[in-house]
Amino acid sequence: MDLTAFLIQVLNGVQYGFLLFLVASGLTLIFGIMGIINLAHGAFFMIGAYLAYSLTALVGNFFVAVLLGVFVMVAVGYLIERFAISFLYRRDHLYQVLLTYGLILVFNELQKIIWGTDFHSVPVPALLAGSVPLGSTQSYPIYRFFISLVCLAIAAGMYLVIARTRLGMMIRAGAWDREVVQTLGINIGRLFAIVFSLGAALAAFAGMIGAPVSSVYPGMGDQVLIISFVVVVIGGIGSVKGAFIGAMLIGLGDTFGKVLVPNLASFVVYALMAAVLLWRPQGLFGRGT
Amino acid sequence: MTATIFDPISRRTLLGTGAAAAGLATAGSIVPFRLAIGAQAKVRIGILLPYSGTYAMLGNAITDGLKLRLAEAGGKLGGREVEFVIVDSQMSVPKAPQNTQKLIAKEKVDFLVGPVHSGIAAAMAKIVGRAGNPIMIVPNAGSNAVTGPLCAPNIFRTSFSNWQPAYPGGKVMADDGHKTAVTIAWKYGAGIQMMAAGTSSFEKAGGKVVKDIQVPFPSVEFQANLSEIASLKPDAVFAFFSGGGAVKFVKDYAAAGLKEKIPLYGPGFLTEGVSMAQGAAAEGIKTTLHYADNLDNAANKAFRAGYKKMYGKEANVFSVQGYDTGSLLLIAMDAVKGDSGAKKAMIAAMEKAKIASPRGDISFSAAHNVVQDIYLRKVVKGHQNLMGVVAKQLVDPARGCRLT
Repeated sequence: MDLTAFLIQVLNGVQYGFLLFLVASGLTLIFGIMGIINLAHGAFFMIGAYLAYSLTALVGNFFVAVLLGVFVMVAVGYLIERFAISFLYRRDHLYQVLLTYGLILVFNELQKIIWGTDFHSVPVPALLAGSVPLGSTQSYPIYRFFISLVCLAIAAGMYLVIARTRLGMMIRAGAWDREVVQTLGINIGRLFAIVFSLGAALAAFAGMIGAPVSSVYPGMGDQVLIISFVVVVIGGIGSVKGAFIGAMLIGLGDTFGKVLVPNLASFVVYALMAAVLLWRPQGLFGRGT
Repeated sequence: MTATIFDPISRRTLLGTGAAAAGLATAGSIVPFRLAIGAQAKVRIGILLPYSGTYAMLGNAITDGLKLRLAEAGGKLGGREVEFVIVDSQMSVPKAPQNTQKLIAKEKVDFLVGPVHSGIAAAMAKIVGRAGNPIMIVPNAGSNAVTGPLCAPNIFRTSFSNWQPAYPGGKVMADDGHKTAVTIAWKYGAGIQMMAAGTSSFEKAGGKVVKDIQVPFPSVEFQANLSEIASLKPDAVFAFFSGGGAVKFVKDYAAAGLKEKIPLYGPGFLTEGVSMAQGAAAEGIKTTLHYADNLDNAANKAFRAGYKKMYGKEANVFSVQGYDTGSLLLIAMDAVKGDSGAKKAMIAAMEKAKIASPRGDISFSAAHNVVQDIYLRKVVKGHQNLMGVVAKQLVDPARGCRLT
């Protein structure tokens, strides 16, 4: 592999990592702060992609559609937290797993009823439709760079909110010790509702922003869910920084795995996970027990 | 969608409907044999197809095609009413044996239609072939083994073997003047078998496959592989993906700027049923398959019009396969006048079947795989337009089949 090819592959890996981070960050928030294993995260991702498809067709502008879609998903996330998940905080994890698994079935069925089983796609917005030549044969779509920028902005935004704001302080405190936070007079129920809505909206946002380079089809969230869990586990449960580093590791690992050891490509990310867990069982940035 | 997913239909209800139908049947001249011994009056067709996940569109298209054909024939098979027992395969290979057993032993279906996935096909064929019952018709899964080592008297296939649409594709690439190629496909039965078939004909015609890229199934992250293709600079690329993966691969391929420099070829699944979603990225891609939208024959015109009228959307190759499965069921049941117990007579009739299908004339080989023309098609404004016939009445080699 010459230097140009190597750099292009690095770019591919980082790019994929950004996408993974976007999905995994919402999962790690919900997982780490609320202790909820949200299996429906992939379903939110899928619904996001379908919303991008429908709303773009409806309003004629991709960016407006994404904005609308985020509001819809915040509302959906809020309702799900209030009317389903909030009853299960005191129960065993198994109940939460059952509930969120049930949500997958509900969303899959809803998707079939509303959108049917055909394949759809979302056009790349005209503003970002071009591409940049890279090496002698390949070129890189501008939209992919745009996705990376958006992911960077989201990562920076999340960092600022969590490290610098009052809400962020409450989120961090809630993740650390729920009871103490409650005795300090913070409404933990409302905090959880906000976190869950944000997490759901992040997953859906990832589905929406990725829709123009992906395709929109039933069950598209399943694979995303698994790889997101890998990212979260590598990074350390509840750590947004960990999710970022984990996503980059997986993005690069998967890319170079495919090129260098094609026969083992599907194992590379899991081998990476196993290696990290052997070294640090709590994940890269997880709190030790 | 009639979702009769193993509802506990009691024996009593079945006998009840049976008795009612018996009253009607005595008015006619045909008294089904099975009815005489007090079993069921309706012909029971077990369907095992995906209705959820990536391949849900395929399951629905096949079912729609099948139902259209039966509706055209008055909704009856050999004079008997039809009852579907529909099971969602969920594309799960581990669940396949259990689902198959349930349909055979518990639901006692007369016919079994399915599946879409090659892995599930192998699991089903093992069970059904060994049991010798019921008659199974494969309406999609191309696994060469089903009409190869696993072939059996009671297993037929109306769709294709993985070898069939892929083999002529390699020659097309060579005929277009390409000397080197990269093959890329999902690493599972269909992908591996199709790439092997395409490679063998391409190399026979003087070409050389410089690299075979296998992508883990069902991963749709192709960027690393596309960069690899760009650095290898072959004359052409031969690819198999289907469904959501096909949409993404073709779009990514174009977005990476490769489409104009390195033409893309492959078995028709690359664009079939998904070219609308692929949009401009699919325009002009040449593929080989056993169907094209604008085939000029009476059966195709009637079929496409009827399909559009009944379902409000365009038909594709999967609906054709379901439709022809219906035709084969009609031939079998007409030959025995509705006596679904007469397996041998039905199989004999199916072996001799000649169907004027929307895809052209088809018949069946000694291994019970469909014999059909393979067409070269090109995507024009989202449609799969005919460019010519690349293989006339192509017979799968059926390696390892004892029936031949």
